[in-house]
Amino acid sequence: MNNIQLATKKTFNNIKQTFPTLIAILLLVSLVNSLLTKEIISNIFSGTILDPIIGAIIGSIFAGNPLTSYIIGGEFINYGINMITVTAFILTWVTVGLVQFPAENLMLGKKFAFWRNILSFLSAITIAILINFTMGII
Amino acid sequence: MKIKNLEIENNWLFLLIMIIIYATLSITNTTILNSSLSFFTITLYQIIPTLIIIFSLIFVFNLILDTKNIVKWLGHLNKKRGWAISIFAGILSHGPIYMWYPLLSDLKEKGMKSGLIAAFLYNRAIKIPLLPIMIYYFGLKFTILLTFFMILFSIINGLLIEKIVGDKK
Repeated sequence: MNNIQLATKKTFNNIKQTFPTLIAILLLVSLVNSLLTKEIISNIFSGTILDPIIGAIIGSIFAGNPLTSYIIGGEFINYGINMITVTAFILTWVTVGLVQFPAENLMLGKKFAFWRNILSFLSAITIAILINFTMGII
Repeated sequence: MKIKNLEIENNWLFLLIMIIIYATLSITNTTILNSSLSFFTITLYQIIPTLIIIFSLIFVFNLILDTKNIVKWLGHLNKKRGWAISIFAGILSHGPIYMWYPLLSDLKEKGMKSGLIAAFLYNRAIKIPLLPIMIYYFGLKFTILLTFFMILFSIINGLLIEKIVGDKK
């Protein structure tokens, strides 16, 4: 078997192995996005110190194009939700994937997937606080 | 081989669970079902070009890179150049995060360090084509600060992941 045939076989096996997970994760993401509307989300915030954590949790549940998170984040600002919360939300939207966790777990390992998501969640809140603090002084 | 088969079975089981959930929705709540299917179709249509790019990259890697060389090469990448490549590749990549798992899984099997994979995934939050939109919504100062902190934290997270996961040599 020459190199091209071998590479084609390996790639085909990869597609075969990935296909069910990709479709399943896409079905799950679609369902979550349909169940939680923008109105439901904005009613969840209470204007307390817990808001950034709630924002980060919501961002972790959702998944999709970062552009969508900017638009929702912009709407949140219009609703009077603070900037730390909005920043934590848009960061976890892309960096944390609760919905994609099963796929990440299967393909990159349980320990890696678990700790990467935990660290990304904590980083999102830390960055949100740091940005807010830095913007206040420069 | 058994682990590989178990992994494939788990993949199909996950899909089967989702199909059962959707089948249940077709009886209990057709509004949610239609909305979800509409979102699914639009997203699937959007990600097909990126999927083609990703699987083409996997094909090219399988074609030109020998496993032994990759391990050696990626071993060297665990220095400054490795971090820089992972950060830039993460920034330049596009499409949903889960689409990149197969390629990263493939590279991991070939010896890529977990810290570099974590850095790549973290930097996916920075999207150059979307920066003007971010500036429009949140301002230039915010966008610059966010980009700076994202890159910084991708390295911190990558180093922590390497410590926690502990790559096999």
